[in-house]
Amino acid sequence: MSKEYETVIGLEVHVELATKTKIFCGCSTAFGGAPNSHTCPVCTGMPGSLPVLNKQVVEYAMAVGLATNCDITKDCKFDRKNYFYPDNPQNYQISQLYLPICRNGKVEIETEDGNKKFIGIHEIHMEEDAGKLVHDEWEDCSIVDFNRSGVPLIEIVSEPDMRSAEEVIAYLDKLRLIIQYLGASDCKLQEGSMRADVNLSVREAGSTTFGTRTEMKNLNSFKAIARAIENEKNRQIDLIEAGEKVIQETRRWDDTKEYSYAMRSKEDAQDYRYFPDPDLVPVHISDEWIERVKAAQPELRTEKLARYQSEFELPAYDAEILTGTKKLADIFEATTEICGKPKKVSNWLMGETMRLLKEKNMEPEDIRFSPVHLADLIGLVDEGTINSSVAKEVFEIIFDEDIDPKQYVEEKGLKTVNDAGALRETIEKIVNDNPKSVEDFHNGKEKAMGFLVGQTMKAMKGKANPAMVNEILRELLSR
Amino acid sequence: MSLTSESAVALGKKIQAKEITAVEAAQAALDAIRAKEDKVHAFVTVAEEEAVLKRAGEVQKQIEQGILTNVLAGVPVAIKDNMCTKGMLTTCSSKILENFIPTYTAEAVLNLEKAGAVIIGKTNMDEFAMGSTTETSYYGATKNPWNENHVPGGSSGGSCAAVAAEECFYALGSDTGGSIRQPSSFCGVTGIKPTYGTVSRYGLIAYGSSLDQIGPVAKDVTDCAAILEAISSYDKKDSTSINRKDLDFTSALVDDVKGMKIGIPKDYFKEGLDEEVKEAVLHAAKVLEEKGAIVEEFDLGLVDYAIPAYYVIACAEASSNLARFDGVKYGYRTADYEGLHNMYKKTRSEGFGAEVKRRIMLGSFVLSSGYYDAYYLKALRTKAMIKQEFDKAFAKYDVILGPAAPSTAPLLGSSLDDPMKMYLGDIYTISVNLAGLPGISLPCGIDKKGLPIGLQLIGDCFNEKKIIQMAYAFEQTRPYQHSPLSACTEA
Repeated sequence: MSKEYETVIGLEVHVELATKTKIFCGCSTAFGGAPNSHTCPVCTGMPGSLPVLNKQVVEYAMAVGLATNCDITKDCKFDRKNYFYPDNPQNYQISQLYLPICRNGKVEIETEDGNKKFIGIHEIHMEEDAGKLVHDEWEDCSIVDFNRSGVPLIEIVSEPDMRSAEEVIAYLDKLRLIIQYLGASDCKLQEGSMRADVNLSVREAGSTTFGTRTEMKNLNSFKAIARAIENEKNRQIDLIEAGEKVIQETRRWDDTKEYSYAMRSKEDAQDYRYFPDPDLVPVHISDEWIERVKAAQPELRTEKLARYQSEFELPAYDAEILTGTKKLADIFEATTEICGKPKKVSNWLMGETMRLLKEKNMEPEDIRFSPVHLADLIGLVDEGTINSSVAKEVFEIIFDEDIDPKQYVEEKGLKTVNDAGALRETIEKIVNDNPKSVEDFHNGKEKAMGFLVGQTMKAMKGKANPAMVNEILRELLSR
Repeated sequence: MSLTSESAVALGKKIQAKEITAVEAAQAALDAIRAKEDKVHAFVTVAEEEAVLKRAGEVQKQIEQGILTNVLAGVPVAIKDNMCTKGMLTTCSSKILENFIPTYTAEAVLNLEKAGAVIIGKTNMDEFAMGSTTETSYYGATKNPWNENHVPGGSSGGSCAAVAAEECFYALGSDTGGSIRQPSSFCGVTGIKPTYGTVSRYGLIAYGSSLDQIGPVAKDVTDCAAILEAISSYDKKDSTSINRKDLDFTSALVDDVKGMKIGIPKDYFKEGLDEEVKEAVLHAAKVLEEKGAIVEEFDLGLVDYAIPAYYVIACAEASSNLARFDGVKYGYRTADYEGLHNMYKKTRSEGFGAEVKRRIMLGSFVLSSGYYDAYYLKALRTKAMIKQEFDKAFAKYDVILGPAAPSTAPLLGSSLDDPMKMYLGDIYTISVNLAGLPGISLPCGIDKKGLPIGLQLIGDCFNEKKIIQMAYAFEQTRPYQHSPLSACTEA
C-alpha cells in the first residue's frame, strides 16, 4: 500500500421497540408463538383494514431522540415506502421519509486513544417491521409468518462520522446502553432486535470529499461488524490501488466465510415512490408531551455509575461492569434492595454470574434468575447455614433454574453441620484411618493438615463448618 | 302499489307498527330481485334466501321484544361490493377478488346490522370504484332501470340501480369523486356523500383513501338522513374518523328554506353542460327561491383544476392501495408461473381490468422519483387551494347549488373508448371530495329521453343538515318518481 487511506463509516441501526402491541394494531409483539397467531386484518394487509398509531411507539422514539440530543419534529408524518415482497402484506411499508420524528442528534463516544468524540445522528424515524418468510425445500414452496409484521422499529441514521471499527463498536455500545436504559428495547443483535447496516467508503488521508460508498447488510454481532468493516475497507483499497472503481451497491456479509457479495447495485435500486400515508394523520408533539417524556426518563448510565460509587460505596471497577448492561444493573439494584448488602451482591454478579455467562456463551440480557433468590442465598451464607463452596453449587442451580435456595438447601440436606459431636466422631475416625498423615503432621508437614481437612469435608459431603473442622482436628492432633 | 315501492323509512315504520314483518319485507325484496335482476344486473352477489329469511326472523323477534327500535330495523339493504362483509363474497367487481371472503365486517355495515338491517346482497360497481358507468365491472355492466340501453352511472351504479329498480329499499355506496351522487342522478334516486371522516372507512376497500367516503342511496331525503344517522360513528379503528356530536341528521328534515343563502357557481353552467340538465337545475333553484331562499350567482374559481388534481391524487393512492392484491394472501392467483416476480406479474395482469391498470400506472408514474414534486405535490397544493375557494364561498352561502353531472345517463358502451371524456363527466362532483365537503344528489327532472336529471347541493364541512334541509324542502315540491323497471313483477 503506497498511500494512506481513511475509512469513513455511517450506520443505519434498526431497533425493535419493547411495546406490548404492534405499531398499527393491537396484536402482541411477543417473540415466538405459532406462525400467524399474533395477527389480525391490519398486520396481514387484509383489504379495507386501516392502521392506527400506537402512542407508546412515539414515546419510545421521542425518549431515544431526547437521550441522543435530537430535535423533536413537532408535526411528524408517516409515509408509504412501496415495494413488492411477500413478507410485506400490503406491499408497502409504513415508514417516515419526509418528516421523521427526530433529527440532528449526537452521542459522545470514547475513542481508542481515550479521547472523546461526537458521532452525529442525522435522523431517527419510526416504521413497521415485515413478516418472516420460511422456505420449505421439501415441499418446494415458501410460506410466510406475519407474527413480526407490524412490530415497531426505529431506524437511527448516523452521520458518516466514524473512522474505524472500534469507533463503530463504541457508538453501537453507547446506543445500546442508552436504549436499554430507557427500556425502549432489549437490543439483542443475535435475536435481531438490534440490527446495523454499515455504509463505508475510503478516501486518501487528508481528502475532504467522500469516496463511493457501499452498504453492508446481515451483520449479526459486534464481532461480525468489526470483521466486515476490516474486510470491506481492504476490498475497497485494493480496488482503488488496482486502478478500479468502487461501485455503489448493497452487499451481504457472510460471517462464516468472512466474505461479502454484491446484492444489488445503485442502477437497479428500486424507486420506492414514497408518499404520505393517507390513512394516518400527522402526529402533533406538543411541548407538554416532550416534557412528560423527559420527566419519565429513567436514570441513564452516567448517573448510575456515579450513584453506585457514592451510594453503595462500590469500587469504580465494579460500578463500571454492573452498569455495563441494563440487565445487570437492574438485578444488582433489585437484589441490594432486598438484602441491603451491595458489595456482596456485586461480588456474586461480577464473579460467579459473569463466569457462568461466559461459560454458557450467554449475554446478561439472558439472565433469568430472580433477585430474591440471590438475596436469599447471600442470607444463607451470612447466617452460616451453608458454606461458600455449597453456595457456589447452589448458585449454579439458581442461575439455570431459578430455584428457591432456602427450599433447595433444606431438601437436599446441604446445611452446614454445626453439631460438634457428630463432627468429632467423623474426625476421630479419619485421624485413626490415616496414621501416616498424622505422623507427617507431627513431623512439621502442614500440608498433611490440609489433607485431613479435605478428607473430613469429603466425608461430610462439604457441609461441615470449616472453622469447626479446623478447631477439632487441631485439638485431636495435639493430643 | 307493491311493498317494494315503499321508502325505507315508510316500510320501517310499518314494521315497527307490526303492520308488516321483517320476514315479509325480506321475501318481497328477494322476489323483486328474482323478477328484475336479469334485466338490471345490479348485484354481484345475492345473499342466500334461507340465510336472509333466518336473519329477518331474528330481527323480527328482537323488534317484537322491543330490543330493535331503529326505524331501519328489518328493512332489507344492499351493500356496495367494496365493503367487507364477514363470510360473504366481497369482490370490488374485480377478478382479482373473485374468491375473497372477508373475515370481518366493515364498521359502517356493522352499524347498520346493529340497527337491525337485513343484508340482501352485494351490489355491482366499477372495478375498485374506478369508473363512472359501472361498465368496468369484471362481472358485467349494470343497466339503468329507466332505460336498459343506458348506463346507471358509477361507480356505485349497482347500488343506485338496485334502489331505482326497487330490488331493495336502500343501499350503501361509496363516493371518491362522485360515485354516489352521479349514479344517483342517473338513476333518479337520492344519495349523500358525507363530510370526510363522518362514516368510518374501516372495512371499505380503499381506492383513494383521502377522498373515499361511504354514504346512503335511497328513494328520498328522509331515508338518506335516517341511514346516514345510522352509519355515522366515531371509529377508533379509522385514524381519519372524526368525533362529531351532531349526527342527528333527521332533525334537519324541515320544510323551510326561508332566508337560506344559495350560491350558484357560474363556472358550473358553462359549455359542456347539457341544455335540459341546465334548465332543470336552474328551475330547481327558482323553486327554492320561491320558497324563500336567497339565490345568487358567483365565481367559484379553480373549477378546471379539480379533475387533473383528483386523478393525480386518487391514482397515486390507488397505485399503493391496490399493491396488496398480489396473489400471495387471498384472491386470484395465476394458474402457471415461474418464480415470484412472474407470479406477481401474471396475477396482476390477468386479475385487473384495463381501467384499473391505467390508473395504477398513472399513479405509479406521478409518485416516481423525479416526478413527485411536479405532479403529486402540485396536486396536493391544488387540493388545498380548491378547499380555500370553497371556504370563501361558504363565508357567503349556506349551500352551493348545481348539477350532479353534465348530462343524463349515456348509452351503454359509449364511454369507455374515450376515458378523458368519461373523466370530464366528474367535473361537478370531484371538487367536493377534494375539499372533503358533504354533497347530496336528488332528482329534479326528466329529460326528453325519459332519463332522470340530478340536482346537487353542496354544504360546508359538517353542514350536512343544511343540505338535507334544503333537499327535503325541494323534494316536497316534487314527489318521488318510480323507474319504469320498478313495476316489473316477472322475470
